[in-house]
Amino acid sequence: DDPAITNLQPWMQELGDGVDAMPYGMPSKFEAHVKRRTVEWLTADRVSSINFTPLHELDGIITPNGLCFERHHGGVAHVDPAQHRLMINGLVDKELVFTMEDIMRFPRENRVYFLECAANSGMEWRGAQLNGCQFTHGMIHNVMYTGVPLRLLLEEAGLKTNAKWLMPEGADASAMTRSIPLQKALDDCLVAFKMNGEALRPEQGYPLRLVVPGWEGNMWIKWLRRIEVGDEPWHHREETSKYTDLMENGKARRFTWEMDCKSVITNPSPQAPILHKSGHTIISGLAWSGRGTIPRVDITLDGGKNWHAARMDGPSFDKSMHRFYFEFDWDGKPLLLQSRAHDSTGYVQPTKDELRAVRGENSIYHNNGIHTWYVGENGEAENVEIS
Amino acid sequence: GSFNLGRAATPAEVAAWNIDVRPDGQGLPAGRGNVEQGEEIFAERCAVCHGDFAEGVDRWPVLSGGDGTLTSERPVKTIGSYWPYLSTVFDYVNRAMPFGEAQSLKPDEVYAITAFLLYANDLVEDDFELSKENFTSVRLPNEDGFYMDDREESPVFKKRDVCMKDCKAEVKITARAQVLDVTPEETKAAEEAAAAPEAPKAEEIASAEPAPAVEPAPAPEPVALDEALIKKGAKVFKKCRACHQVGEKAKNKVGPILNDIIGQQAAVVSGFKYSKALKQLNGDGLVWSDENLDAFLTKPKKFVKGTKMSFAGLKKEKDRVALIEFLKSHSQ
Repeated sequence: DDPAITNLQPWMQELGDGVDAMPYGMPSKFEAHVKRRTVEWLTADRVSSINFTPLHELDGIITPNGLCFERHHGGVAHVDPAQHRLMINGLVDKELVFTMEDIMRFPRENRVYFLECAANSGMEWRGAQLNGCQFTHGMIHNVMYTGVPLRLLLEEAGLKTNAKWLMPEGADASAMTRSIPLQKALDDCLVAFKMNGEALRPEQGYPLRLVVPGWEGNMWIKWLRRIEVGDEPWHHREETSKYTDLMENGKARRFTWEMDCKSVITNPSPQAPILHKSGHTIISGLAWSGRGTIPRVDITLDGGKNWHAARMDGPSFDKSMHRFYFEFDWDGKPLLLQSRAHDSTGYVQPTKDELRAVRGENSIYHNNGIHTWYVGENGEAENVEIS
Repeated sequence: GSFNLGRAATPAEVAAWNIDVRPDGQGLPAGRGNVEQGEEIFAERCAVCHGDFAEGVDRWPVLSGGDGTLTSERPVKTIGSYWPYLSTVFDYVNRAMPFGEAQSLKPDEVYAITAFLLYANDLVEDDFELSKENFTSVRLPNEDGFYMDDREESPVFKKRDVCMKDCKAEVKITARAQVLDVTPEETKAAEEAAAAPEAPKAEEIASAEPAPAVEPAPAPEPVALDEALIKKGAKVFKKCRACHQVGEKAKNKVGPILNDIIGQQAAVVSGFKYSKALKQLNGDGLVWSDENLDAFLTKPKKFVKGTKMSFAGLKKEKDRVALIEFLKSHSQ
């Protein structure tokens, strides 16, 4: 007999919390292990640093706000919205200042987009390094934003005919900046103030952040306070010394904006082993592309000898995460799991070796190679590379 | 605009925020500074993290050297070896440095620091002066080392057909993460502690070997402090301020609060995650005194091997004495 059934549990007998116990709810205390984690040796300190989304603990396509990975260059700024301003200056007819109230009077849109750090999987260029999809792929989140199309704000100021580039700037202690071509700004960028329905979290740029769909995360300027309009790019720190892709010949690609089509199996993975023995087994994972949607993901159980179509499930939005599943009858023998995503432009996720053949191993950013988990007979998974 | 929202920005408002600088010199303020001045400012404001010669301390950015390493297995990307434009240096120092004291430098100081960084990269002589006027005449060696994203031209991008069946005969594991073993440990105990906040952490249990009896710190004698020395110490403390706070509203930042540090047992500030090395000192019963704090501040990594305090140390005794006096002024 199962004591979980035959014994009276405290929650079956005693009264639970009242409605005022937790005015802003928190997850169950039994979920305390579900959290962002950092890798201490990556950065000099905890202020200009990064943590990782626990992808292996999540399902569906939306990342809960409190689990969205964080990257900031001068710590989390706590900005008073009443003191926050957005300025548009430079090559415009009229240099303008908006309050938060002004911004919320513009027509707004709701869109689901993934945000991936250009360095996601960057530690894996030279070989398998970190055991856990949280660490190999966790610099990503997928959220529904509510915001004003940037185009409307720029039109309000009036663009001069020689306007070609924008420079958004943050109000935090790093005063983060990037150069963004005007075409992208007029296409689909948003100035967002809500994520998943609630106000942006401080670590995601409260009260205002730029949303640059499909493009590398550092361009999504947080604590957005200013947008300068110019005729040339600024070549600031985060687009020269950082976030440029060094090739084997010593030259570097610059302005590598789009995030390439990519996927990862989140379950099983090193932090989420198969706990049951052989039998009906579910493989689950995520796929995304900065250039469109994901109509197809292939799965292999044998290291790429044979591939199977995964089942796509849930909504399919442009430049959003997509969820896939593959159900099979596991014979309990070791597995070499991989996923291979195809995006709506026809691009196929490459192998790590194919990427290295083009770029060498010093590239750091934009590693969208196919990832491999070895699953042993005991159900435990390890990060490996295969021939 | 069609919505009639927002208001015109005033010239003073635009000037206050419009600090960005471009490679063509647009945005540079009036000013000048030379290598010698820059070296002095750098030593005081920047060397804590970047080293006296911009060589970098611990994992903080290396700003000099790295010549000819871009094709090597370990490229060292510095201002001299990698950065394309000098304007990037000026702009970044001006907007975000020193770390924790952003926008505290005057234009002349930023010119001086930039001049020193050129010197540290062997790009100018020691008598060089940088100004708004000669700024764009300075070119960095790697300006031509960059090209526009060409991913769409690469073979990776053009692949379309994929194999689905009998794609290869054999598969071998060629690399394993367990060999490198750099994954952060799953701290089960920390998780349990989170569920039950009062539970001691595993590390503490593990290190709870019989520790030498700790003598209670002697109550500090009421000694009159030297006000002039405190003032000097407050200046020295600027180097610490990026990571440490003192005073009534002090909070733990990168480093712990330093109130009441003299006479305090090592590693006891609540809510701060100390390194194992500091916890060991606590276990050993170390109490901070003038003498051991002086030794620690001289060369932190030598005094406590394994401390995560990434500070090179205070070489001058008078700086250490002043700083300790300043810290004493922040005690009950």
